[in-house]
Amino acid sequence: MNVPDDRRYLPTHEWHLVDGDVATIGITRHAADELTDITFVDLPEVGAEVKAGEAFGEIESVKATADLNSGVSGTVVEVNSALKDDPGLVNRDPYHDAWMIKVRISSRADVDKLLTPEQYSALLSRQ
Amino acid sequence: MLKRTPLYDFHLAGGAKMVEFAGWEMPLLYRGIVEEHQHTRRSGSFFDVSHMGRLYITGPDAQTFLNYVLTRNVADQQVGQSRYALVCNERGGVMDDVIVSRDSRQWLVVCNAANREKLLRHFTAVRQARGFDFDLADHTESTGMVAIQGPRVIDRLAGVLPVDFGELRRWRFETISMFLFVPMSVFRTGYTGEDGVEIIFPAATAAMGVKLLGGSADRADATIKPAGLGARDTLRLEAGLPLYGHELNEDIDPLSAGLAWAVDLSKDFIGSAALRRIHDSGPRRRLVGLELEGRRIARQGTELRNGQQVVGTVTSGTFGPTVGKSIAMAYVDADAAIEGATLHADLKGEPVGARIVRLPFYRRQS
Repeated sequence: MNVPDDRRYLPTHEWHLVDGDVATIGITRHAADELTDITFVDLPEVGAEVKAGEAFGEIESVKATADLNSGVSGTVVEVNSALKDDPGLVNRDPYHDAWMIKVRISSRADVDKLLTPEQYSALLSRQ
Repeated sequence: MLKRTPLYDFHLAGGAKMVEFAGWEMPLLYRGIVEEHQHTRRSGSFFDVSHMGRLYITGPDAQTFLNYVLTRNVADQQVGQSRYALVCNERGGVMDDVIVSRDSRQWLVVCNAANREKLLRHFTAVRQARGFDFDLADHTESTGMVAIQGPRVIDRLAGVLPVDFGELRRWRFETISMFLFVPMSVFRTGYTGEDGVEIIFPAATAAMGVKLLGGSADRADATIKPAGLGARDTLRLEAGLPLYGHELNEDIDPLSAGLAWAVDLSKDFIGSAALRRIHDSGPRRRLVGLELEGRRIARQGTELRNGQQVVGTVTSGTFGPTVGKSIAMAYVDADAAIEGATLHADLKGEPVGARIVRLPFYRRQS
């Protein structure tokens, strides 16, 4: 599966698009397809702290519930309110319109530990 | 090595996402669970249910044996009739839920895929212990079975199958011959809450059958499209139907599950003594339907509270695409199982209101 080459990834299928000191986080097409029809996305409030390697929210589908994990530590500066009324947006446009949170990151080092597009693609092809 | 149904190639050609289920490789979905669910309710879908067990019973003691292991009275069951029944253990716990059908020379028990081996062992043990004279044949792997369900299905099939659907009412079945010599059994039964049929056919004729019944299924405007196990689950849940392993297991009796209509306590069968005791004292827990506030889903195992006290546990939950709500089924303590009462589901530490409603959540119009 082709994954966007402008971002970094967690093995748990969250993408991170870093611009300066702000990382935008969402889930990949692979994750959205695995979950199937998304029914609910539980996101934190603006101002909440997130920690690298920990869950920042939850995503539900008719099939399953899964954690949403952050690969970076920092403070949530924006939350995508479109997902409240239209959770299905995640299935339709996981890489753009269905971004989930924006985080002001506290350490660049976290970003460097994330998987590159090549590493994430390799992980997918092994599944 | 997972087992494959006669329709395996069809699933791959149709782009199905395959999953493991009860030792079989089955289609979870083709186009999307919600889309397949809605197409079923609007028009029609066909489901591969070949993985389910098809056990044929013949011989002088066939009826006596079935009356002994099933909760339904089959003595007055007519040729061409199908009935829903439970197989219970001595404690009255459910070993499986099945459909038993009577044909002119044999009986058919269709059971859950996961319980096929268990039932074969049980039936064989009972035959030995009681000295019943009957033959038990497992034709699961030499046949296939599809369920075709939805409001437009009967009209669509009337033009294709030599069946008088006016005669073939719900819970009846007929064996027909296609192409002069291919025997198919057509049952007016289903597990979705919609009208439709379930058809058993010889495994070797699967390709021919699929062409006949769903030949144009990949057209966008097709009346009947393929659907997978994902939609099968959301459909049955909306229809308030139990699923073995969720609402039914060996520690749950059919009376608690709201299935007293499928239990004939006037006859003796394995488990009848225990069930009479439960009937007399009243079940301690009852199966109820719940509608939750918001969109979050209460999955199997979720605890339900009345105030601080835990009064129940969820057995199945989803977001019902047709009813547009988060719905669940749960066992709740009898004195808390009051229609209209609001309990609280413990969802990741947060209490979410769950109102007790009568099952089913969805009922078809006609």
